[in-house]
Amino acid sequence: MPIELLQKAAADNRWVAIGPELMVGCLALILLVLEIVLPKSRHEWIPSAAIVGLLGIITAFLVNYHTTFVGQTTFNGLLRHSGTGQFLRLFFLLAATGVCVLGMVALKRQKMPKVEFFAITLVVSGAMMLLAQANHFVMLFVALETVTVGFYILVSYTRSNPLSLEAGLKYLIMGALSSGILLFGIALLYGAGGSAALAASSADSMNFDSLRVFLYANPDNVVAAVGIVLVLSGVAFKIGAVPFQIWIPDVYQGAPTPVTAFLAISSKAAGFAILLTLVTVFDGYQSLVVGVLTIMAIATILFGNLAALTQHNVKRLIGLSGVAHAGYLLIGVIAAIHVPFAVGAICFYLFAYMLASFAVFGVMTHVSGEDDADQNLDYYTDLAKTHPFLGVVLGVGLGSLAGIPPLAGFMGKLLVFLAAFQAGLYALLGVAIVGVVISIYYYFGWIKAAFFPQWRPPVFEGDDPIPEPPRQVVSASASILLATVALASVILGFYQGPLGAWLGLN
Amino acid sequence: MQIDFLLLSILTPLAVALAIGLGLPKRFAVKLAYLGFGVPAVIAVYLWWAFPATALGDYVFVSRYDTGLTGLGISLVLGLNGISMPMFLMTGIVGLASGIYAINSEAERLKIYLMLLLIMQAGLLGVFASTDVFFFYFFHELALIPTFIMVGIWGGRDRNYAAMKMTIYLTLGAMLSLIGLIALYHRSGADSFDMLVLRETIMTQGLVEGDQKVIFGLLLFGFGTLVSLWPFHTWAPLGYGAAPSSVAMLHAGVLKKFGLYGFVQIALPLLPLGAAAWAPWLAWLALGNIVIVGFITMAQSDLKQMVGYASVMHVGYGLLGVACVSILGAGGVVLFMVAHGLSVALLFLLTTSIHHRTGTFDMDEMGGLAKKAPVLAAFFLTAVLASIGLPGPGLLNFWGELAIFMAVYDYAMWMVVPAVFGVVISAIYGLRAMGRVFYGEESETFIKHQTENPVIDLKWSERVPSLLLLITLIALGLWPKAISTPLNAALEAIYPAEEAPATEIVQKQRL
Repeated sequence: MPIELLQKAAADNRWVAIGPELMVGCLALILLVLEIVLPKSRHEWIPSAAIVGLLGIITAFLVNYHTTFVGQTTFNGLLRHSGTGQFLRLFFLLAATGVCVLGMVALKRQKMPKVEFFAITLVVSGAMMLLAQANHFVMLFVALETVTVGFYILVSYTRSNPLSLEAGLKYLIMGALSSGILLFGIALLYGAGGSAALAASSADSMNFDSLRVFLYANPDNVVAAVGIVLVLSGVAFKIGAVPFQIWIPDVYQGAPTPVTAFLAISSKAAGFAILLTLVTVFDGYQSLVVGVLTIMAIATILFGNLAALTQHNVKRLIGLSGVAHAGYLLIGVIAAIHVPFAVGAICFYLFAYMLASFAVFGVMTHVSGEDDADQNLDYYTDLAKTHPFLGVVLGVGLGSLAGIPPLAGFMGKLLVFLAAFQAGLYALLGVAIVGVVISIYYYFGWIKAAFFPQWRPPVFEGDDPIPEPPRQVVSASASILLATVALASVILGFYQGPLGAWLGLN
Repeated sequence: MQIDFLLLSILTPLAVALAIGLGLPKRFAVKLAYLGFGVPAVIAVYLWWAFPATALGDYVFVSRYDTGLTGLGISLVLGLNGISMPMFLMTGIVGLASGIYAINSEAERLKIYLMLLLIMQAGLLGVFASTDVFFFYFFHELALIPTFIMVGIWGGRDRNYAAMKMTIYLTLGAMLSLIGLIALYHRSGADSFDMLVLRETIMTQGLVEGDQKVIFGLLLFGFGTLVSLWPFHTWAPLGYGAAPSSVAMLHAGVLKKFGLYGFVQIALPLLPLGAAAWAPWLAWLALGNIVIVGFITMAQSDLKQMVGYASVMHVGYGLLGVACVSILGAGGVVLFMVAHGLSVALLFLLTTSIHHRTGTFDMDEMGGLAKKAPVLAAFFLTAVLASIGLPGPGLLNFWGELAIFMAVYDYAMWMVVPAVFGVVISAIYGLRAMGRVFYGEESETFIKHQTENPVIDLKWSERVPSLLLLITLIALGLWPKAISTPLNAALEAIYPAEEAPATEIVQKQRL
């Protein structure tokens, strides 16, 4: 290989551009080193170190938020830095912090090695940050596999629990299948884009820029069309869109609660980050992409909401309601093809969804016993009376998820609906409205369980008394997290201020 | 620095609610709550007094705040015009009355109860003070959410079912309205939620008839469900039956007017063609409210259910006024809304007072209460007369209904017959309830109840809010010009399109 080419490639490796990702990776390694260095009695410092480190990285990232790299490609076209990418990086950093706090609470009850959880969370988050900026299928796939492999471990983390193991197995099989489908699609696109007989073919057809040009030049290529559908299907697994949602309830239930939160928040956002990139790449096949995504969105919204109606296990419920949220977001993705501000709307929606989810999952970790999979709706009886703080946080979180004003979730839905309106997606909007009204039933049912006085069967003498629902003491760090997300959910509903400006909504 | 009274009136209850939420001790919380309800009422009266006679259709006291979404045409704009000013005044008064009543009620967990009621009041004030359609909707929801929670926690019989049913119905209605409003935002080409911008864009560019029809249809069923348009009304009597009295006062009195107000302020002036197309439907359904629900009301033996059904029935007049699509009808609707808000709030308050004395809502188990509680009987009689619309206490109701009937007469002459028949129906059930509760023999169950709970007459904590409502009602009834002059000016300014078809008809006739 000529030395100049290598030099040129090396000159394009702007390591500063991926500084945050590198720092996250180093932090993960430092945690592992700390475990060796520190005496056993000091091991409980390590999770705190992870959180402090993350907060430091977030601060540094915010200071350099408006970096000069925005709009450029680096690493020989592997990465493209964009405003949306910047926001999503911040999103993943914040989500990682939240997951670490939840992990601290939940892992306390398990007799498990703890440090690995935090290290893997950090590595996975770093990979997601890269994923949001991927501009090349190789980059995308490597980052995605880093995420997926990390999740294989995290999902089955409580290995003493059979449900967690079952979830891990299911996620492994489904994840491998989806990766296979994705890879097959990539291979087809690569093959089509690289065949010299076709117009605008390129030697580097995995690069999104050249692939985009190729797809424009060949609007009727069957192989490319099949490849596109397969790639979209592979991504649909990640976001849990119908018909690739079957893994969601079981895996969400079995996985430790912080991991469920991680799956629901970051993994879904990562899927949408990919999707937002890919719709621009597949622009030449717009009608196909829109067709596939529209069918998916309708099915996803209806299935998610209807399936959530009958759930009594709140983890399954939140999982299936998350499916419905993926459907609303898909509407935003379709709108984003025509309406530029839809991308900002999706980001806002994801951000509001993150805040609300952390509120709900945070309460969930405190209203469960030893067994993380056993999270019954009945455990929430009188929660608002006995634990007003948890009750309020839960109410805000669920209200925001349900899209009730004046909470952030409502603003997210409103922005997505506005974008959909401007794109003329009336049928999808109709479905979304039906979905929202159905969702009120189960969200409200949960709120009802926590807030409204419930009838309880009388206890007769000689009967076993009804066991008290499990409740945990709220630690300082957890209460800071919960208060922050609840407060932010309320404030963002009233005042979008800087966030609106960042996302180009102002 | 100029004080923005409208913002102040919204923020005061919110601030008090926040202070209570942050754990203020109970005795301070109660005192502060007076402030939270009192300040907006004082501001409302002041703004009514300061409302310039020269403001034709324009908004006055306007202020603008950027919340971060100006790029999408969303910003908090506050202001009052002749249509919203009377509503704002009524909200302030009813809010204060229900607030005083709530503070002195012995509700469990009183602090949270007051907190939610304050949030509700802030939302209600915001609804009528917003001139941005988005915030108009937003504040409505802010007021609506506490309703569900309060029905669920402090409600009476069937509260769980009632809360759930209300939530689902009202969410559906709100979602339909939201979609309608977004459609208006987008299809008008204004891409702004500001009422003034919307109005100006539609005036200059017009809106295609097909669009108008679809949008008005969405708003009709959206607002209609929220206003309890027959046959989407079933949530209302159930919900009011279960709701604690202050919530029922605020919801039936003020919050439910959101839909009617939306019709008068937004839908009719901006979508005249859509309104014309849907008017016959709306008129028929409104007659369903008046006649069918009227008969159902007569059949009630539960006092609170009866008042709930009566409020659904009376809303039919408002909807009928809307269906006339005329300045006279719209003006009548606004007068009617103010009058109905005050009188229905009074009725709900007194109904609960009766319940406290008899221990039941079942009218078969009451009787002869007038002997034991003459003041209560007098108040109740005035409230009933007012809601029937008899001149006297119900002078304002009378003006409103009269204007509506005259508009209906212009619109479709025969419809006046069932509409007036409705007045007879309300006289029948109102006076019959009066007789069954206050006169006649005391029932056995009531006598038994009295042995343990001797009846006392109306307490001051009940008299003050009742008097407040009654005095406002009578004062406005005697001097309707105080609100009707600016109202008329505003209606004439923003309903210009309406003259055109009329002149066309005249011209055609001449030809």
